[in-house]
Amino acid sequence: MGVTHDALVWLAKSAGLFYLIGLSLLVLAYTFWPSNKTRFDRAAKSILDQEDRPCR
Amino acid sequence: MIGHLTRSERQLTLYMLLAVVITGLAMLVAGKDDSLGVHGALVMVVGIAAIFGVIAEFFEPEPTENRLDSYYDEPSRIGIVFAMAWAAFGLFVGAWVAWQLAYPSLNFEAGWTSFGRLRPVHTTSVIFGFGGNALIATSFYVMQRTSRARIPDQISPLFIVFGYNLFCLLAVSGYMIGVTQSKEYAEPEWYADIWLVIVWVTYFVVYMRTLLHRKEPHIYVANWYYLAFVLIVAVLHIVNNLAVPVSFSSAKSYTIFAGVQDAMTQWWYGHNAVAFFLTAGFLGMMYYFLPKRAGRPLYSYRMSIISFWGITFFYLWAGSHHLHYTALPQWVQTLGMTFSVMLLVPSWTAAANALLTLNGAWHRVRDDATLRFMMVAAVFYGLTTFEGSFLAIRAVNSLSHYTDWTVGHVHAGALGWVAMITFGSIYAAVPWLWKRENMYSPRLVEVHFWLALAGTIVYVLAMWNSGIIQGLMWRTYASDGTLAYSFLDSLVVMHPYYIARAVGGTLFLIGALVGCYNIWMTVRAPRQPMAGPEADYPEPRVPVGSVPQAAE
Repeated sequence: MGVTHDALVWLAKSAGLFYLIGLSLLVLAYTFWPSNKTRFDRAAKSILDQEDRPCR
Repeated sequence: MIGHLTRSERQLTLYMLLAVVITGLAMLVAGKDDSLGVHGALVMVVGIAAIFGVIAEFFEPEPTENRLDSYYDEPSRIGIVFAMAWAAFGLFVGAWVAWQLAYPSLNFEAGWTSFGRLRPVHTTSVIFGFGGNALIATSFYVMQRTSRARIPDQISPLFIVFGYNLFCLLAVSGYMIGVTQSKEYAEPEWYADIWLVIVWVTYFVVYMRTLLHRKEPHIYVANWYYLAFVLIVAVLHIVNNLAVPVSFSSAKSYTIFAGVQDAMTQWWYGHNAVAFFLTAGFLGMMYYFLPKRAGRPLYSYRMSIISFWGITFFYLWAGSHHLHYTALPQWVQTLGMTFSVMLLVPSWTAAANALLTLNGAWHRVRDDATLRFMMVAAVFYGLTTFEGSFLAIRAVNSLSHYTDWTVGHVHAGALGWVAMITFGSIYAAVPWLWKRENMYSPRLVEVHFWLALAGTIVYVLAMWNSGIIQGLMWRTYASDGTLAYSFLDSLVVMHPYYIARAVGGTLFLIGALVGCYNIWMTVRAPRQPMAGPEADYPEPRVPVGSVPQAAE
């Protein structure tokens, strides 16, 4: 066995923790980035359009 | 059924079906002394029947170029028909096994009708047959409309729908003849698993290709959920089904994992099947059909993004809560428990987002049973995810595990959330897909809604009661330190609840049958005269602030 149980626990408790914190920060930054607001608003409204054919 | 294919596509279909027949023949010859041979024969018969079907329409006139001006909806229509057929079958078997638990002689003393074989028939039919077909059908529908792009080719979506149903058929028929690898929700044996991998990878490729052709710069959030569903289910399915067949002439295989690693892999799979099959995909459905039907944009698009990443990242760690108090290391159990509790945040964010979207459209919820299906689904989603986080806590689990409480929890999710959002989405999509103004009978949608809701509530309340009583009886000690009740004692007490559960399930089944009839009559209804020269009806408009229409 190359990887011991203790090594895996250590990895989960250290790198795993910072990985999740880092990821949460990235997601929050993307979500609340001011210039993304218009794009999100447009996306939310776009499905309500009545047009029902592909754009060619 | 193949009238919309070009001549060369019809030829390609024939070659593919020929390959299916040859594979079936090979399975039949290799496994002639084994149940593998039975499945080989089944595959051959299905392939030959399909070849006859294609030949019968082979010389029909070819489609015109203007098919490219509309979305490719044939696979969605076929998928919805399959979904409803599986719902009727799977719920029937579910009601049957529920009555068997109350009255065991209803197994009629045959091997294939015993509880142990029919139970996976029920779960596979409703989860993969009903749920899977509904997800495939609606994902094709949603991805094309939100991308403003037609699926780039016509054959692969048909391959996905029919290939997937062949997998379901192999699975369900296998259980009845005793073919199973004994992994819950992953029972099909190695050859069916390999077939599903081929179908599923094609599904992923089709989804990606359509998105690459999109005319909308931003990918709408529903697609994120559908994509997470397609991608993660592929990973889960491949890893959990790694197995070595006894031989190529045998249906039996053995998993490569052993002991507690096998248990952990199984529940990493099992819980993420709940997360990505029964949650992410159906959230994709909800994020499209609920705002669309309510005629209002999502309450908060930002909230939908945060809950997406929360759900996808937390869920992957939660599986070990199925293995509390086992040989699994304590810290892994604690990890699963912690992530399960944290999951409440993104889950409730999604449920709240759905319900807040309905602000300003509550009069429509009152009048439109289709939208009400979706609203109730969001409520049950909130309830079930709260209950799930709670049950994952080790101390609570010590009471609830192995009792009917778990069964009640699962059915609050499966009936209240998954089936309700699916019926709502199907009732919304059927008139759009078949170019009808309305469902055949809005009244019957209403009838279905109340039967489904009543059935769910009766079922869940019965199982909560029986589960908690079971858990308490099993842990009650007499003054001399022995257990106060035998297992049989608890079983006798369960009897009235098992009858109530079977009644609830039967109500739910009747509702689904009413739905099948209503959809069938809508599809059969004569096509309404076209409003203009175009062959495509626009989607029905939901004017803002208009007088609400009755029911549908």
